[in-house]
Amino acid sequence: MIQDVEIKELRNIITVVKDMYNYDFGEYAISSFKRRIIRIFEIFKFNTVDELLVKIKTDKVFVEEFVKEVTVNTTEMFRDPTFWRKLRDDILPILSTNTNIRIWHAACSSGEEVYSMAILLKEMGLYDKAIITASDINEDVIKTAKSGIYPARNMELNQSNYERYGGKTKLDDYYKEAKDGNVQFDPKLISNVTFKKFDLVLGAPFSKFDIILCRNVMIYFNLELQDRVVAKFSESLFKNAFFAVGQKETIAWCKAAKSYSTYSIEEKIYRKVLE
Amino acid sequence: MERKFRALVIGGSAGSFPLVTRILHEIPKNFPMPVLLCLHRLKHVRHGFVEALSIKSNIPVVEPEDKEPIKAGKAYLAPSNYHMYVELGNHFALSTDEMVKFSRPSIDLTFETASYAYRDKMVGIMLSGANTDGADGMFRAHKRGAYTIVQNPEEAGVKTMPEGCLKLFTPDEVLNLDQIIKFIKELSV
Repeated sequence: MIQDVEIKELRNIITVVKDMYNYDFGEYAISSFKRRIIRIFEIFKFNTVDELLVKIKTDKVFVEEFVKEVTVNTTEMFRDPTFWRKLRDDILPILSTNTNIRIWHAACSSGEEVYSMAILLKEMGLYDKAIITASDINEDVIKTAKSGIYPARNMELNQSNYERYGGKTKLDDYYKEAKDGNVQFDPKLISNVTFKKFDLVLGAPFSKFDIILCRNVMIYFNLELQDRVVAKFSESLFKNAFFAVGQKETIAWCKAAKSYSTYSIEEKIYRKVLE
Repeated sequence: MERKFRALVIGGSAGSFPLVTRILHEIPKNFPMPVLLCLHRLKHVRHGFVEALSIKSNIPVVEPEDKEPIKAGKAYLAPSNYHMYVELGNHFALSTDEMVKFSRPSIDLTFETASYAYRDKMVGIMLSGANTDGADGMFRAHKRGAYTIVQNPEEAGVKTMPEGCLKLFTPDEVLNLDQIIKFIKELSV
């Protein structure tokens, strides 16, 4: 089993994927990218970098799997409950007088945050105003998000997050048991959600929003890429709109930060102040 | 010690809190390198740990943010529910990747990435702990030439972590806490 991959070999993999399939991992943070590649070796039982390269070059279906595994898809419902309280108690009340509330889950992964947001909006009576876009680079996780089907074993953590958030009811009011040890969330929760395949690295801004959530995504990017993506988000936000990153992220190192003011330092929510 | 080190990396879990508190209490002010702390902690307790470690510490203790530059004279505590990686270019990269040995932060991953960046310019110390997380990372650091110290299992409150290391390889030293503190003090001379 491979223990380590050299930077040169990582560059090689990145180049092939870029040239053949137009996914660009060239500006990913190298420490975590390397970890993902080593994980791919373990999952698919490759013994050498060449084996992986051959597979990438000859198997288009595998490349989608590869992209799914390279990008991190660990997520939770109501992860960081205090963040969701901030949305409920401070941010959504500001937006509640709007005709519409336009929300973008940028890199929505398997959709846990999309459902969290939908539940929050329902419980506030604002869901009907919401126009929600959920995007990800990988179609497979989008499929999961659309289906609303998740392993029942994850529900304990989700329920506990939801309780700490202070939800109005119980999380299991929103899902029912499904087969094979899964649960299925109420499809009504995504009736106002449009799912879309979108690559944050290469894609161009496509609309404007009141809130963009991109939590624990840009941690996998290097600083240059973070800067470009933050600028892209700035183009995708109305003036005074909100932009949230993960609890331990900051846009402070980015040049594009000058378009934003800090709305909540604790929850890492920014507000776009400059056009 | 003649070697010039660039980072001190410490791993531990249950039972290591008082040890780390003592180390930070005795560590010289203006310590000439960063101190990276990867300690297992409760996921939902975001606050309090840094504050508790800070009370008696001679150097500032912070939880780094993603891409924060790594500076000498500061202690960096891996944040709850994130892995803490050392990125080339001397800053941190955080990650929410899968848990390793039921742990996030994972001590293995901090040792793994730190030793890749610092090679033989790193000191790795494994303290008391109740899980084998950290042993593989320490072994990797050892193979990359890092100076490795394992707390004497006889003294450690919970022996699993130090013993896990000793099963895999022979570290440069096996020391009691007092000796570890003496070693750290000498690093700043």
